[in-house]
Amino acid sequence: MTIIKASMAGTVWKVLVAEGQHVEAGEDVVILESMKMEIPIAAEEAGTVTRVIAAEGDFINVDDDLVELA
Amino acid sequence: MFQKVLIANRGEIARRIIRTCKQLGIQTVAVYSSADEFSLHVRDADEAVCIGKAPVSQSYLNVEAILQAARDTGAQAIHPGYGLLSENAAFAKAVEEAGFTFIGPTASVIASMGSKLAARQTMERAGVPIVQGVNDPIADVDEAVVIANDIGYPIMLKASAGGGGIGMQLVNSDAELYKAFEGNQKRAQSFFGDGTMFIEKFIAEPHHVEVQILADQHGHVVPVYERECSVQRRNQKVVEEAPSPFISEATRQKMLDAAVAAAQAIDYTNAGTIEFLVDRDENFYFLEMNTRLQVEHPVTEEITGLDLVEWQLRIANDEPLTFTRDDIKKRGHAIEVRIYAEHPVTFFPSPGHVEELVLPEGDGIRHEVSIESGSDVTPFYDPMIAKLIATGATRDEALARLEQALRNYTVRGIQTNIPMLLDVITHDVFKSGVTTTKFVEEHYLPAVAK
Repeated sequence: MTIIKASMAGTVWKVLVAEGQHVEAGEDVVILESMKMEIPIAAEEAGTVTRVIAAEGDFINVDDDLVELA
Repeated sequence: MFQKVLIANRGEIARRIIRTCKQLGIQTVAVYSSADEFSLHVRDADEAVCIGKAPVSQSYLNVEAILQAARDTGAQAIHPGYGLLSENAAFAKAVEEAGFTFIGPTASVIASMGSKLAARQTMERAGVPIVQGVNDPIADVDEAVVIANDIGYPIMLKASAGGGGIGMQLVNSDAELYKAFEGNQKRAQSFFGDGTMFIEKFIAEPHHVEVQILADQHGHVVPVYERECSVQRRNQKVVEEAPSPFISEATRQKMLDAAVAAAQAIDYTNAGTIEFLVDRDENFYFLEMNTRLQVEHPVTEEITGLDLVEWQLRIANDEPLTFTRDDIKKRGHAIEVRIYAEHPVTFFPSPGHVEELVLPEGDGIRHEVSIESGSDVTPFYDPMIAKLIATGATRDEALARLEQALRNYTVRGIQTNIPMLLDVITHDVFKSGVTTTKFVEEHYLPAVAK
């Protein structure tokens, strides 16, 4: 199991994946908005989304959990 | 003069406006979001009103909350600063309709310059040079391809409602245009609520040079020299200077003439800036008009001795300008750098806690700052945390002072672009004074990649 974490504080602008979805390594899973910039967060390895932790509009801090892969 | 002014903004520009108000004996009202409760603009103002939660849509863009704060505090006028609601015609209109004075141009002038396509048409009629392109909205990608071939690649695809580079893209071929058109249209639609697209010829090696004007409500328009703002990253300015080290005196006078014609064509009032692209042969073309105070206004103040915020207030108060174009003399050279809370190479934001801030002092050094030691830089707003302005008798002296100040500028706890700024201002190409808007891509990024 892998947890994809936020690389910086910001607001969750878009969640690009749903539970059960397969993602490739390097594929964007969430887009954060921080300081008026869109920050894409990508999966480091391929896997299946087992849990989407972040919801659009959530405020998150650096290292907060966003998406769980298995 | 007004007795009380509300500043509908935050950060360094709110503090800058408050400073001039204090000098003129005007009471100030700050507004703030819950994330800015302990920020310096709140502390500086005579009164402060919380207008909502951290996201700008719930606070700094909440027109009704701002108007209510003005009513509750008895303010007579509202200064919008830059960004946020400053170029929002509906806001300017709502302010006036609520019985307050909007410190800026009229709502109809803001609206006329908010559409880049309409602005092109207006400027062409006024005899101001515009880039070869279309003056009508482009319906779809097929029409775009026909137009692009007619003009000849490379072209710039642009959103009529655009700003900050959003919806704008350099396109080199039909294939690229097919790929780019709909995406940019969608982005423009979602950011600005208007997906109107147009096409202009791409200007190679462009310089960004803009002219500051002041226009009163008695028909006087005075140009206050130009600023060179070619060094940009992510389509946002990083280094600005006045005067431009690139253009000749003859070009300067022609650009000032064009700026006056542009302002007169739309009956402009208050402070405004006409942005031009200048090619390598010093041909210049209207780019857009900013109907507000600019971030980089201090460099103009430094070389002319004018307080632009003071004149914004006086013009809004219906006072006539007391000087003409010939009365304004430029003295020396001023350079501003924007200090951003961001990684100096990737330009990714770096919000966080500022453990220590030490500002360098010295001859010709001016600071505009939104933080202090112990401040938190939140992720909700623009990453610009400060501006450093250095002035000298010559460009070389201003540069030397700027370099010294940047080396002594201490920010601990968050990352800043100060290392980038030092690399830029000490680069031979920058020192030569001939920088284009591609400077960061062509000179800075390749150098740090080594």
